[in-house]
Amino acid sequence: MTQANSISPVTGKKLTHREKRNAKASQRYYRERMAKKNAPKLTKGQRASSWLLHIIMFFMAAYCIVPLLWLVFSATKSNGGLYDSFGLWFAGSQDGGIQLWQNLAGTFNYNGAIYGRWLINTVVYAVVVGFGSTIIAAFAGYAVAVMKFPGRKLLLAVTLAFMSIPTTIITIPLFLLYSKIGLVNTMWSVIIPQLSFPFGLYLMIIYAQQSVPVSLVEAAKLDGASHWTIFWKIALPLLSPGFVTVLLFSLVGAWNNYFLPLIMLSDRTKYPLTVGLNLWLKMSGDPSVGGGLPDSYIITGSLVAVIPLIISFIFLQRYWQSGLSAGSVK
Amino acid sequence: MAHSAAVDGGKVHTTQRTSNRRKNKVRRERWEWSGLAFSAPYVIVFILGTILPLLYALYLGFFRTQMIGGDSFVGFSNYIEAFTDPVFWSGFGRVSIYAVIQVPIIVILALVSAMILDSGRIKHIAVPRILVFLPYAVPSVVAALMWSYIYGQDYGLVGQFFKLFGGQAPNLLSSKLIMFAIMNIVIWGFMGYNMLIYYSSLRTIPEEIYEAARLDGASEFRIAWSIKIPAIKGSIVMTVVFCLIGAFQLFNEPNLLQAIAPDAIGSSYTPNMYSYTLAFKGQNMNYAAAVSLVAGIVTMVVIGIIKWLGDKWSER
Repeated sequence: MTQANSISPVTGKKLTHREKRNAKASQRYYRERMAKKNAPKLTKGQRASSWLLHIIMFFMAAYCIVPLLWLVFSATKSNGGLYDSFGLWFAGSQDGGIQLWQNLAGTFNYNGAIYGRWLINTVVYAVVVGFGSTIIAAFAGYAVAVMKFPGRKLLLAVTLAFMSIPTTIITIPLFLLYSKIGLVNTMWSVIIPQLSFPFGLYLMIIYAQQSVPVSLVEAAKLDGASHWTIFWKIALPLLSPGFVTVLLFSLVGAWNNYFLPLIMLSDRTKYPLTVGLNLWLKMSGDPSVGGGLPDSYIITGSLVAVIPLIISFIFLQRYWQSGLSAGSVK
Repeated sequence: MAHSAAVDGGKVHTTQRTSNRRKNKVRRERWEWSGLAFSAPYVIVFILGTILPLLYALYLGFFRTQMIGGDSFVGFSNYIEAFTDPVFWSGFGRVSIYAVIQVPIIVILALVSAMILDSGRIKHIAVPRILVFLPYAVPSVVAALMWSYIYGQDYGLVGQFFKLFGGQAPNLLSSKLIMFAIMNIVIWGFMGYNMLIYYSSLRTIPEEIYEAARLDGASEFRIAWSIKIPAIKGSIVMTVVFCLIGAFQLFNEPNLLQAIAPDAIGSSYTPNMYSYTLAFKGQNMNYAAAVSLVAGIVTMVVIGIIKWLGDKWSER
């Protein structure tokens, strides 16, 4: 990717610039138009309904955000403060006050510092699966979109069929097979099954059809370029917005995956955060092994697990939107 | 996770066909073998991660391990047993009830919020849009964990709110209410995802149609009902299929809540939990394979019927 960018930076840049400019212009146009059209003409009834819409939207947003605020406030509390103070504010000094640093230190040190291990594992799974499945899907998507080869229609049909098959149905069979061939309890058992990502391939095919002109590929071939060169120097730079979108879906899917690692892994040091936190929850609920695992560590651990994703959601919104609309618009 | 699932296939097919035709004109009937090389990595991981496990499970389902004599071929008897297993069907019945209640709620809530965002009456729509979408970033395990604390009857947020008004909160983790507790967790997590799908399709409706309707004296509600909803039927069908798949393969939330409420959630609460239990606790691999395949087939049949009905509705 970097190589391709350094060779043809103009094409890559031009496109994103144009996209941005167009998006901004149409947004401004739409806003001005709405403002012009709606503002002066609103009757009393319309103003009342506007208020109603704002109120409904406020409650929807509150419903979605309150549990996350609770998580943030709770992560700052001591184990006692968790229960004695109001859930949507910091604990007062009589309830232990703000203990965020103590909680973080405790979470990362508990149980032989295993939380840090889980965090690293999660990053490894997410990055390997994310980049691996996305580049694999980009290769195949490019091929399906611009090349004519035996089995192309079959690949397309199978991809479409398997997008609507419940993924967890495959998980138990995966476990049975991988335990037969001795792959269970290795990191590969979590990585390999997630490398094929039918939804990602579907998106890549659509993006490749939209953004890689067949005529450009033909022209490059007439100039003697191989598909390998065309892919890296022409197709991938053009595909980069789609690449980021698929990467995001895949990264988050791998970061959040629970069922597969739960089934495959028995060694705690290979757990990702989701399975590890579940283990901690079980330990705290079981008095015989719980011995001193405070709820505040579980909550702080949950917050740390969520923060990278929240940040990525806020800053990479447009990619999410593009993926969802590509999947939905007919 | 529902998001890796069904998306309408019509689009790929049609665009595919046209691009095919275009290419056929340029160069006739010459295979590009390098296409195979480009697809090979995907095909290999797909076979290793999906096809082989399914075939192996199918194969396992034909055998039974006996104390004496090892594995013996038993034909379809595992599959027949799975098909008539009351434990499996009670789990399936439970997720069906769950789906019948949960799917309409999440679709309506998502639709209402998408309509409001699209109405043009809300200021700074980017803010509510991202706030409603944020729960999708939270892993379902963390969501279940968080809500289980919030549900706390005495000290949780729910308990605190009830105390504020001098009441006693109901035990949401009791066997009667826990299904609703799970529904709430899933609705919370996926409402924003569905909303964004509806919102993206609503944005593609040309503004002129609304203007024409307004000139004809249609109210905004009438426009929403008679223009906007029919225009995004395809997306609605797609999200319903997403949600159904999520409902029928329910596992993460009940599996996590089981640690807190073992009396309310049994080891065969959903079909997926049942096959998980069989594979691990029961050590009955052959039967576990049969149950997971039967569960998959039954789910796909139900979803296929719903999708067929939905497509008929959306093309009407």
